[in-house]
Amino acid sequence: MKEEQDYIQDIAEIRSMMERSSKFLSLSGWAGITAGIYALIGAYIAYHVYSFNPDAIGYTSSRLSQVIFLAILVLILAIGTAFFLSWKKASKKGKKVWNATSRRLLVSMAVPLFAGGILILILLSKGLIGLVAPLTLLFYGLAIYNASKFTYDEMKFLGLAQMGLGLLNCWLIGYGLLFWAVGFGVVHIAYGIYMHFSYER
Amino acid sequence: MKSVKISIDDLHKAFESRVRLGIMAALAVNDTLDFTSLKEYLDVTDGNLASHLKTLEKEEFIGVEKSFIDRKPNTKYYMTEEGQKAFDEHLKVLEKIIHSQK
Repeated sequence: MKEEQDYIQDIAEIRSMMERSSKFLSLSGWAGITAGIYALIGAYIAYHVYSFNPDAIGYTSSRLSQVIFLAILVLILAIGTAFFLSWKKASKKGKKVWNATSRRLLVSMAVPLFAGGILILILLSKGLIGLVAPLTLLFYGLAIYNASKFTYDEMKFLGLAQMGLGLLNCWLIGYGLLFWAVGFGVVHIAYGIYMHFSYER
Repeated sequence: MKSVKISIDDLHKAFESRVRLGIMAALAVNDTLDFTSLKEYLDVTDGNLASHLKTLEKEEFIGVEKSFIDRKPNTKYYMTEEGQKAFDEHLKVLEKIIHSQK
């Protein structure tokens, strides 16, 4: 016959097994859809309001600081919404958002993003504005691909798509804003819709 | 004390082993798991894991999906609905035992 301690140990084992063996599955398809919409609106404003259309590596714009501000705003909105929706999805299932797998997920994303972010700041300071769009796509794709191990497998394809677009954009440097809008806008929305219909209905 | 004893009798024999409990816990949070990843999580030998899996399979608490990846056999395990129910029940009983002995 087992002792009380054994049962407590049983429960501890079960808990740790569930934690370490699971992936972070509280990401919502809606996060992709909203991020895509913010990106499209951002690209639209950059193009029409700020006349921002980087078509060469050494492109210059008098509204650069506004565009950077706009980009940061889009980023914060997208991340904020993703966090909020994940939190909502997790608490609906009675799970915690902040656990071992979500931590792994975030760290695996943060490392390539950090490297890419630094590189992009350097490029901006050197006036290589035309490289910013393709490299954000490329590093974002790497980050997503890396993080896909800790969440839905399909995220791998999102990462590959962004990487592909980033590389293609390096080749066709004149279409930076268009590639950026397709990658962060259209691809996110398509991915979000796919994930929503696959897992949330 | 009497109610506690009844609770202990309610525990399913299949879950007496901690390895089997671990298998069920891992499968409760993963759609499917292959033999290799189960082995990794549980830190047991092939033979040991296989025999525990067989026991759970006989109880129909887990199901087996056999396929080939790159012409290598790949065996995936998943939790059946019956297994899910039995596992949930087991957790509830464990909880009761611990609470009643406090």
